[in-house]
Amino acid sequence: MLAFTINRFAQSLVVMFFVALVAFAMFRYVGDPVHQMVGIETTLEEREALRVELGLNDPFYVQFGRFVGNALLLDFGVSYQHKKPVTEMIVARMPATLELSILSALFALLIGVPMGVYTGLNRDGFLSKCFMTVSLIGISLPTFLIGILLIFLFAVILGVLPSFGRGTVVDIGGWRTGLLTVGGLKALIMPAITLGLFQMTLIMRLVRAEMLEVLRTDYIKFARARGLTNRAVNFGHALKNTLVPVITITGLQLGSIIAFAIITETVFQWPGMGLLFLQAIQTVDIPIMAAYLIMIAMFFVVINLIVDILYYVVDPRLRIERGVRGT
Amino acid sequence: MDRLIEVRRRFFDSDLWYSFTRSRITMLAAIVAITIILGAVFAPWIAPYDPFDLSSIDLMDSQTPPAWLEDGDSRFLLGTDDQGRDMLSAILHGSRISIWVGLASVAFSLVLGVGLGLLSGYAGGKVDAFIMRIAEIQLSFPAILIALLIDGVMRGILPPDMREQLAVLVLILAIGISGWVQYARTVRGSTMVEKNKEYVQAARLIGIHPAMIMLRHILPNAMGPVLVIATIHLAVAIITEATLSFLGVGVPPTEPSLGTLIRIGNDFLFSGEWWITIFPGATLAILVLSVNLLGDWLRDAMNPKLR
Repeated sequence: MLAFTINRFAQSLVVMFFVALVAFAMFRYVGDPVHQMVGIETTLEEREALRVELGLNDPFYVQFGRFVGNALLLDFGVSYQHKKPVTEMIVARMPATLELSILSALFALLIGVPMGVYTGLNRDGFLSKCFMTVSLIGISLPTFLIGILLIFLFAVILGVLPSFGRGTVVDIGGWRTGLLTVGGLKALIMPAITLGLFQMTLIMRLVRAEMLEVLRTDYIKFARARGLTNRAVNFGHALKNTLVPVITITGLQLGSIIAFAIITETVFQWPGMGLLFLQAIQTVDIPIMAAYLIMIAMFFVVINLIVDILYYVVDPRLRIERGVRGT
Repeated sequence: MDRLIEVRRRFFDSDLWYSFTRSRITMLAAIVAITIILGAVFAPWIAPYDPFDLSSIDLMDSQTPPAWLEDGDSRFLLGTDDQGRDMLSAILHGSRISIWVGLASVAFSLVLGVGLGLLSGYAGGKVDAFIMRIAEIQLSFPAILIALLIDGVMRGILPPDMREQLAVLVLILAIGISGWVQYARTVRGSTMVEKNKEYVQAARLIGIHPAMIMLRHILPNAMGPVLVIATIHLAVAIITEATLSFLGVGVPPTEPSLGTLIRIGNDFLFSGEWWITIFPGATLAILVLSVNLLGDWLRDAMNPKLR
């Protein structure tokens, strides 16, 4: 167990090192940092002085070391466009993205799992076929189009939900939340559905496939032979065993939800990190891009690590297999 | 001539054709996809107007609703946009760009992924470990994020006046690089199986160059699953292109793709001109759905080889 954890941890470090290298290369070699920081009237000597002061003439590994050191202290420099510290800007926008992401993950789980169970149990039912068709359309429709269609229906035609922004937000110790006001909650509905719909179809299909698999096993047949009620067999025995992969996938999908938030936040003009990142790409604001990349990578790596270790803890077969192979 | 008849007979006798004729939804999807693709290919000849010709556009015609609505104009079947451009022509030309970017990105991914997969599987050892580690790192991030990042970095490297000109090329590279991993992993797997078979050993023994063995001997036996991946990837690539264009970092408005058209139309959704967004959106959705259905069918039809 310890060896496995250390091994996985080392792998995560390798990934983070690689990502930091990419981020640093972007930061240092895409555009000239000095050029971005000074005005037109700055003389060549002053530029050179700034270059030395920033250490841009140091050898590559010294500069990279400094970049990593600063990143560990959460210092990603100053945005070219906004002239403000990048970390401050990202932290200010983090609550908006996190609230949206967590809510859409919950939506995906709470709707996706029951739909998956239903379609798994009633394979050929009319409703199941409807669900499956809808899920295929859900996969084929790009996220931004779903958002636009929802806006068209609920904001333009029916006029019941706001089409952009977070509504009213309350400030609790620096965390600006939209969860405590009616306006804030209403503003969350459409973005959360847009962001969660793809994950919902994914979870539904996964639960369905797992249910079909489990229902074929001997212990289910045995449970039926023992005369247990359908309810006990389906939910107590079958569903329980499908949930391990579902939890894993949902955990892994949390990372891509945050990445896909870029699109949803643009459609709904949601003031989160994704919108910040997209604006940074449009204006080639490298420090923000680099910081966002490292942060997202960190998030992915931590989730992957936790899921891997959890899997190892939950599934004893994995331990045996590894023991036999001797790794 | 006889050969042609023979090829035709073999095609219509094949399992693939049989399973195609058995699935009505697949046939429908194929008809829809082919219609859209033909419309896109022949857009310059069949579109009622040339959306790039500014002299044919009249601002007086701007924001005309579709022909069957009140205030509609029979000249513009699907209405016009804010500049008086005919939506039907814009959609035909837009799908042309969307499909072209999609196909080119898939081709780029395919060449890159198949090449690296062959190399990885055939060479083994350190080369294999290196390529697969990169693939693993890339696979842990969503493709759209990687495409966005590459797009952003390349825009940073290019001087501002060239960004518009090279936008399509940048887009193809970005989407292409974001998708190579799946090809590489599949081809690597088949290569590792094939390289130990007797025909490869024999080819080696008579001194054929390794590159030749990989391309002429192993590759044909690893292509089946690659075609399935490519079909499904085409749908993903078209969505990615549309998404990037919608986000404003893809195709420039001077040569609008479907995604760009949706982006432009989105600003008019609130003032009631829904057709500027909804028609390109519907075209995109139908195109992607039918390509997805074809990909699903192809995967199932070739299932025995895919496991």
